[in-house]
Amino acid sequence: MADQRPTASIETVQNGLASAGYIASRQIATAVYLAQQIEKPILVEGPAGVGKTELAKAIASWRGLKMLRLQCYEGLDEAKALYEWKYAKQLLYTQILKDKLGEVLGGAETLPAALDQLHNFGDVFFSKEFVEPRPLLQALEQPGGCVLLIDEIDKSDAEFESLLLEILSDFQISIPELGTVSAVVPPTVILTSNGERDLGDALKRRCLHLHIGFPEQKLEERIVETRVPGISEVLRKQIVGFINQVRTLDLKKLPSVSETIDWAKVLLLLQSSELDHDMVKDTLNVLLKYEADIEATLPQVHTFISKAARPNVFG
Amino acid sequence: MKENLHRFFRAARGAGVRVSPAESIDAMRAVAEIGFSDRLVLRDALLLTLAKSQDEKQALSDCFDLFFDHPDLNTAPEADGSDASETDGTDQDRTDEAAEQAGQEATAAGGPPSLGTLAQMLLSGDRAAMAAALANASNAASLPDIRYFTQRGIYSNRILDQLGIARLRDDLDALTVSNPADAERLAAALDALRGNVRERVTQALLLYGREEKESLRNEILRNAPLYQIEPRRIEEMRALIRQIARRLRERYSKPRKRQRRGHLDVRRTIRRNASWGGVPFLTAWKRRHRDRPQIVALCDVSGSVAKVSDFFLLLIHSLHEVVSDVRSFAFSGHLVEVSRLLEEKDPEDAMKEIMASVGFGSSDYGNSFADFENQWMNAITPRTTVIILGDARTNNLDPRADILRRIAERSKRLVWLNPEGRMAWGWGDSEMPRYSTFCTVVRQCATAQQLERAVSDIVATYQ
Repeated sequence: MADQRPTASIETVQNGLASAGYIASRQIATAVYLAQQIEKPILVEGPAGVGKTELAKAIASWRGLKMLRLQCYEGLDEAKALYEWKYAKQLLYTQILKDKLGEVLGGAETLPAALDQLHNFGDVFFSKEFVEPRPLLQALEQPGGCVLLIDEIDKSDAEFESLLLEILSDFQISIPELGTVSAVVPPTVILTSNGERDLGDALKRRCLHLHIGFPEQKLEERIVETRVPGISEVLRKQIVGFINQVRTLDLKKLPSVSETIDWAKVLLLLQSSELDHDMVKDTLNVLLKYEADIEATLPQVHTFISKAARPNVFG
Repeated sequence: MKENLHRFFRAARGAGVRVSPAESIDAMRAVAEIGFSDRLVLRDALLLTLAKSQDEKQALSDCFDLFFDHPDLNTAPEADGSDASETDGTDQDRTDEAAEQAGQEATAAGGPPSLGTLAQMLLSGDRAAMAAALANASNAASLPDIRYFTQRGIYSNRILDQLGIARLRDDLDALTVSNPADAERLAAALDALRGNVRERVTQALLLYGREEKESLRNEILRNAPLYQIEPRRIEEMRALIRQIARRLRERYSKPRKRQRRGHLDVRRTIRRNASWGGVPFLTAWKRRHRDRPQIVALCDVSGSVAKVSDFFLLLIHSLHEVVSDVRSFAFSGHLVEVSRLLEEKDPEDAMKEIMASVGFGSSDYGNSFADFENQWMNAITPRTTVIILGDARTNNLDPRADILRRIAERSKRLVWLNPEGRMAWGWGDSEMPRYSTFCTVVRQCATAQQLERAVSDIVATYQ
């Protein structure tokens, strides 16, 4: 299968991701490349909105794979992540079976013989027929491989992490009644975390650890270029320059790449050719998500704009 | 290549990055994929496979620079094996040539015809050959085994021995007689060489020595009296306390969750499954009743014991996942509640604020107990463990042991942690013997280790 051919090099990965609209730094590309070569999951950490989830989507779209997403939250458990027994179906079948009990038991004369017959049926109830696969099990069952995104693992309980360990290290799941289900093709696994709580060492050890921070100015400009086509180079530079200065402030939530893109889109929509004071003031709420942050930034807007407008500073 | 990576792993451990065998295998596999040729990519790969947090990435990246910026510490990487052997060959040739030349010069000058290789090398000023010889000597002296700074001398001498310094001294003596000019040059070159060796040893210590240093320091810190911690080590101490808190949390939070499910509740199971003829599809379990830890901590923050209480409060509050219900009070002359301060501010600021409001006064236990009884007595329930941390030195004021008795009667347990040694209890203005009659447990608590044991015992009673 074409998708499964190991990628030739880190550049190929970089180009491939770029073709899916994801501008990756060398580090990210190296991580993706290595994850493929030594078949390990990637644990991606970093602030919100720098493209952790996007990375998984980009890999999937570039390699033409299906993406399965497991959104983690407090209280997420085995039944919702791995598999569940279809109780209702099992129940229904028993009811049907009840009527056919005579037939099932056939001509069993003695009690042990009847029990024997019943035993055979008991096993039927815990067969693949009655398993409802959830994302993790689905990921293993994809015949062509897939990208499995386990999003915001830091939001889940600590117990859930242990549940993942088997999948992450061996790409398999043990279902007590059925045995072990191994992956048809090992999926590419991406885990993301905002660092809300510390993840266990066991989990970390099984993954490549990638930290995505705010991108460098050049890279961010290229990201804006790909994601917001049609925006002028001057404005692009100014936007990125402005945001980089905002990031030096002590804010509750710093604007990240997704905010940069949103802002660029907004400014494009408003048909501005370069940053001006009023426009920035009016659209600051796209960039900053807290009233206090906006208030802290407002007095600086003027200096930031003039700095961002100077071409050589960030050339 | 393998040897090199292993050495790097050791250096990484020295830099505080935990590298387990499994991780080192991953790193090897990764490096096998990407090769040695691109240093930036190599660095990325090692950071990806070995480091598990941003801090570790930073440490590892520094370590990487230190390690690979001095490639002479290592033998030439095998990745460009063919090249390496070639250069080695030419190096060898050059050395021979140089040696020959030097020999000829020496002969021409009428000096003793044969100098030692080291002397020849130094006189010829061949840097490449010198570097190679130095690298070989360092390896032969197993320089990467260096651990403590006290070993610097030993290792320097070993390397110089390996280089053939004994022979050089003889040569130097001989030359001083026959060719003073050369002798002087040689002596200068020798000095430079010593400098090089020293530098190299220091470098190695920086790379490989840190691991031991760190654990040793932690061990000392753990057993050091808390009230004597020097200001510059307080940050380290805080880190250690947090580490202890994390360990306690890991130890006690898991079993609590596991044991929640008790025996099968037959009655409820049957009732629940009545609709399908008593076939037990849904099971009901008896929940084991368990107490949630409740702690009320009273901390003396008067000058003499302030530091200990500082760490104690930090520990209690870092334990939040286990100790869900904790209220902390601080006192010296009078008593205030500090729970919210500790939860909301970072420890530094919180302690400052606490100190500003009640700290550093001379302690008045009686008055503080009275404050507590008047305002917060109903914080204590029969499930509460009350911990008092203080030296029980009342400055000859009324100890109000009667309040302590009432506290003890209301609570599940009353634990007194005293930073002073048992020998001091009861001497001078210490009211410890009087107070201790009402306490369930009395312990000395002056080091981080004792603190850990005390808190561990307290939390364990709720398991």
